[in-house]
Amino acid sequence: MNPTHKVPWIRIAKRDSLAFWHGWLIRLAGLVLALFVSAIVIYSIVHLNPFKVYEAMFEGNFGTSRRMWVSFRDMAMLLCIGIGLAPAFKMRFWNIGAEGQILIGGIATAAVMIYFGNALPTWALLLISLVVSLIAGAAWGAIPAIFKARYGTNETLFTLMMNYVAIQLTSYFVAFWENPFGSNTVGIINQRTQAGWFPPLLGQKYLLNVVLVLVLTVAMFVYLRYSKHGYEIAVVGESDKTARYIGISVKRVLIRTMMLSGAICGLAGYIAVAGASHTISTGTAGGSGFTAIIVAWLAKFNTFVMVLIAGLLVFLEKGAIQIASQYNLNDYASQMITGIILFFILGSEFFTRYRLIFRGREGK
Amino acid sequence: MQQGTAAVSMRDITKHFGPVAANDKVSLNIYNGEILALLGENGSGKTTLMNILSGIYFPDAGHIAVNGKEVTIRSPKDVYELGIGMVHQHFKLVDVLTAAENIILGMPGTGKLDLKAVGNKVREICDLYGFDVDPEQKVYDMSVSQKQTVEIVKVLYRGAKILILDEPTAVLTPQETEKLFRVLKNMRNDGKAIVLISHKLHEVEEISDRVAVLRRGQNAGELLTKDTNAAEMTNMMVGRAVSLNIARPEPKNREPRIVVDHLTFTDVDGIKRLDDVSFTAYSGEILGIAGISGCGQKELLESIAGLHPFRAGAITYIEPVTGKKTDLAGLDPRKIFSMGVMLSFVPEDRLGMGLVGNMDLTNNMMLRSFRQGKGMFTDRKTPRKLAHHVVKELEVNTPGLSTPVRKLSGGNVQKVLVGREISSSPTLLMTAYAVRGLDINSSYTIYDLINKQKEKGVAVIFVGEDLDVLLELCDRILVLCGGKVSGIVDGRGADKNEVGMMMTKYGEGKIDESNA
Repeated sequence: MNPTHKVPWIRIAKRDSLAFWHGWLIRLAGLVLALFVSAIVIYSIVHLNPFKVYEAMFEGNFGTSRRMWVSFRDMAMLLCIGIGLAPAFKMRFWNIGAEGQILIGGIATAAVMIYFGNALPTWALLLISLVVSLIAGAAWGAIPAIFKARYGTNETLFTLMMNYVAIQLTSYFVAFWENPFGSNTVGIINQRTQAGWFPPLLGQKYLLNVVLVLVLTVAMFVYLRYSKHGYEIAVVGESDKTARYIGISVKRVLIRTMMLSGAICGLAGYIAVAGASHTISTGTAGGSGFTAIIVAWLAKFNTFVMVLIAGLLVFLEKGAIQIASQYNLNDYASQMITGIILFFILGSEFFTRYRLIFRGREGK
Repeated sequence: MQQGTAAVSMRDITKHFGPVAANDKVSLNIYNGEILALLGENGSGKTTLMNILSGIYFPDAGHIAVNGKEVTIRSPKDVYELGIGMVHQHFKLVDVLTAAENIILGMPGTGKLDLKAVGNKVREICDLYGFDVDPEQKVYDMSVSQKQTVEIVKVLYRGAKILILDEPTAVLTPQETEKLFRVLKNMRNDGKAIVLISHKLHEVEEISDRVAVLRRGQNAGELLTKDTNAAEMTNMMVGRAVSLNIARPEPKNREPRIVVDHLTFTDVDGIKRLDDVSFTAYSGEILGIAGISGCGQKELLESIAGLHPFRAGAITYIEPVTGKKTDLAGLDPRKIFSMGVMLSFVPEDRLGMGLVGNMDLTNNMMLRSFRQGKGMFTDRKTPRKLAHHVVKELEVNTPGLSTPVRKLSGGNVQKVLVGREISSSPTLLMTAYAVRGLDINSSYTIYDLINKQKEKGVAVIFVGEDLDVLLELCDRILVLCGGKVSGIVDGRGADKNEVGMMMTKYGEGKIDESNA
């Protein structure tokens, strides 16, 4: 028998409840701590003034009007995918296939721009490619849902593998639409006529992207929280048995919700092609389909919180690129800073749910 | 028996969960050669106290001494070394392993596994106390009672001298309970200390030597069993005098409400869960359903509620007043509702089926009514009013309407569920294990609610596990055995042992044609 009299030095206990402001105070403290720690790291490893480095990060995002709008464009893109993932995740359907759904939506948009670019006015092109990309994304999202509903397949593996199918499809179309011959790219579609491109709004090239996604943010919030569909999604996500008990058809909700999820990711592909790059390549999604998983989860499917998180992630990324080029650092140094900041912000989530109790300070 | 040092002495144990004190300076002594019954209502801190003793929780303050020596229990591993073993209400066995394999699972050993030696030692233990375990039998082949035996042998095999049993009889038939009690007595006579957590007072009276009562996280008193009775123990638990009789008003206006005819149900694994079941439930009466777990009572209710598409037989609902007949075959719950059948169902799995644990009270009220909102949006006002009404009428103890129901205690969860189900003025009310895990006070509230529905002319089907309750509450009792109807008896004047026999052996009872 060896148990001693000693109380453990440190214990972890679950918090019962937390005032709203208290939670945000913890997160703010996490951010401040992150900046502090990375300041030490910056100073001790690369011998730079940390304040200058932070300033450079800010410059990288908002330094010029052009940079600012590019940042906004990228935030909107990431946010849009996060919004697409939210209903699926709320249903506990692990849609890891956003990458593929974006690409499929992008292919659909590119096809409309290439084949009808000279035949239709831009507003018609925009409308048609919008609808086509929504349908394409919905169909791509529905396939794993149908298989899960019918045969109980694992959606995580299924959606993941669908990504690779989508990438191969994109490669095929890139080769098919190659322009100019031998370049192995599609090039900028309709570069001369700008047919099917998002028009500038109030003189801003990317304002339409931002407006579209913000409308979606509000709509998805309302849909999830106040609609009958949203309620059904929540019940199916919590318990299959409860859903059957009150006569919700789990299969129907599954397929319907994944079509919605896929459609919004397809829409992200539409925005990426018609509203940003005006081309299609296997890199069009560029991993943001995976990054958006973090956005959706950290925000606990609240689309307004997603705005903040998508903003932060894009800010860090742009900032890292800026300090890398401005101070001639290699990528690793700037990525380290990003890592430290993310570590502390994710870590503060732990402290919103748990607290530490040290020996000798019981019950305080 | 109280002389000498206590096997376990817990002093001034305090444990907080957030602002709630689950244990507030609780003290408890456990002696060798004694069966101690630990009593208390839900939320009185019994389970917390025992979880502290078995290393699952760490107390905020207090001292624990084992055999007079002060100890600190930090993990379930420490507990084994101290010779304390807990048998949980939900068994922790691996189905595909044999009894012997389960018993040695997780124990340190040398490189070679000698199952034969394990089997011999298991048999030794069984012979000593009168257990009936085959070490080579796979767990999935075992009955609930056999699994429980394996759990008990498991802790004995590890050298436990102090045993904690959390509601061991909740899942047993009367015959199995008797067998368990014989074994417990043998263990006591062998000098082991036994702690029994139970809600069934007549069992406590029968088996325990001493009773310790907790109330709201504090010691409420200790008694010698021979000096007390059920009424006194109840009063001590509740803190005031309560009556222990269940009312059973005479049925009025008895009319057929639901007719089940030759119902046979085969599940996805091809196992016949219900085999040629026929009966009629009448308005204004409570039809009890008795049977050991897995005998098909769950499937029977779920079939009527439309959760299983069934293949053979018919379920006919007869509307009151008009006498309109509706065939429920192949309908899902939504269709059943839309055809005007006012059917309410309180399932066994409250938080997994009847309610959504992570949702708050209002959202849970919405489960039945969310489709009634205008257009594509849900209506939240009516459910909020209903939640408010249920909380007030049934005295649900909750911090507020926006508390997730999983945070409520078992009794309050059940009040929320029953409250919602009877709010729609049902004509048929089905309840499965409506009082499982509930304390005396909450149980009687539920009995009253069910009786009120009966008096309103509702046909009630009550699946229960406590035969004493079934015999006191129900007008007729249908006994199921292996998916077949073993018999239907009159609740007034039925014999407990006879019903127990019918539960375990098909064909023991004669179906009384006048009752069927």
